[in-house]
Amino acid sequence: MSTTIRRTALDAVHRALGATMTDFAGWDMPLRYASEREEHQAVRTRAGLFDLSHMGEITVTGPQAVELLDFALVGNISSVGAGRARYTMICREDGGILDDLIVYRLDSGEGPREYMVVANASNAQTVLDALTERAAGFDAEVRDDREAYALLAVQGPESPGILASLTDADLDGLKYYAGLPGTVAGVPALIARTGYTGEDGFELFTEPQHAEKLWQALTEAGADKGLVPCGLSCRDTLRLEAGMPLYGHELSTALTPFDAGLGRVVKFEKKSGEVPFVGRESLLAAAGRAEQDPPRRLVGLIAEGRRVPRAGYPVVADGKVIGEVTSGAPSPTLGKPIAMAYVDAAHAEPGTPGVGVDIRGSHEPYEVVALPFYKRQK
Amino acid sequence: MSNPQQLRYSKEHEWLSAAEDGVSTIGITEFAANALGDVVYAQLPEVGDSVTAGETCGELESTKSVSDLYSPVTGEVTEINEDVVNDPGLVNTQPFEGGWLFKVRVGEEPGDLLSAEEYAAFSGSSDN
Repeated sequence: MSTTIRRTALDAVHRALGATMTDFAGWDMPLRYASEREEHQAVRTRAGLFDLSHMGEITVTGPQAVELLDFALVGNISSVGAGRARYTMICREDGGILDDLIVYRLDSGEGPREYMVVANASNAQTVLDALTERAAGFDAEVRDDREAYALLAVQGPESPGILASLTDADLDGLKYYAGLPGTVAGVPALIARTGYTGEDGFELFTEPQHAEKLWQALTEAGADKGLVPCGLSCRDTLRLEAGMPLYGHELSTALTPFDAGLGRVVKFEKKSGEVPFVGRESLLAAAGRAEQDPPRRLVGLIAEGRRVPRAGYPVVADGKVIGEVTSGAPSPTLGKPIAMAYVDAAHAEPGTPGVGVDIRGSHEPYEVVALPFYKRQK
Repeated sequence: MSNPQQLRYSKEHEWLSAAEDGVSTIGITEFAANALGDVVYAQLPEVGDSVTAGETCGELESTKSVSDLYSPVTGEVTEINEDVVNDPGLVNTQPFEGGWLFKVRVGEEPGDLLSAEEYAAFSGSSDN
């Protein structure tokens, strides 16, 4: 693995904007441009522009592309229609989560199948290696396209209007978790209605050489709509409020999707019936365990006080450790610290009394709530 | 960013005003505030507390992290900034002014406080 820090095609733009940069999975990424709380509120109420070019794109093509993905991933990829996308996971044989993914079906329904698998930056190599290994025996090609794409996201309630001013693509007809090839600001891009903020919004995959032009066009088109550039810090608080898991926090190889409360992504019945897929036997067992005797459950916690829980802090009740915080931050929307945590099933019901977080030695009271903390009004 | 000339600085990124009637005002530098990001909660010492140079006397919570607050001098806390308790974002917007944190009747100063120039060199935050 290279130790050289990687920079996106928009690196010069971020520096010109005075961004505070941070190392994220080996990439030098914008953490924030000014106030991360203002960036957060911009996405909730107006629009925000993100550089997400660190995400890892892997293209899967060939006559057996869909059979390969049904075998390699836990989802029912053969049920994904042309131009649609699916949130799914890739697991080990023991059911442990290697990564969570979005799979976009790029072909139009005529001609050969083509899928783009988008992995987390920190796991992209692992996913590429696993897909390549699992492709043995399938008539399918797995291609590393990490260098082929820059990824920009425009998120927030004003994002449809901003994007519409730059493209002829049918955005009204573009549903959540769908994508279509188009032209934005004169630049070819895959326009996807996906995101990681809990708001309406779009992710735009384009060639790195076009990234700067696209960024500037979106910035200008959004100027009078209150669009601001946004860094990874607000992306984290946005996804936390929306109850969305982050690999390395809520998801890991030590957990199956069922342990993470995301068993719904595992489809034992795929289009061609009960096809074998990697992790199937372990996941069947995990599904039963989750139903009858769940070890821990993922819950939301809202602080009564102002001290902020952080990943790794113990969750306590009656002086005993009953769980662990996986993500925590001050919530700009709620105005209080919030956290996601795995807690014992006995303490997982919303409103369970006496639950607290051990914040550097002092037990601060927390309310157990169902996820998400925030859901947008449609 | 510019570090005011009339202040002195600690290597823990606090600033200290010249004493008036034996009392100095303490805050964190703009460099430190920028590194923290938006401060959302300031746990300050209480009036009457004894603080010791180089030891923790509170904490600052930001979106991404929590940082200990160190006292740059030894003495007794005479006042805390209630405005910062109510609006911790002042630490980011006015680190050297409205975002001050607490005042101390100085008993003893360590010998290693830095001038504005020395602090700029130390933090790499020279005027630019």
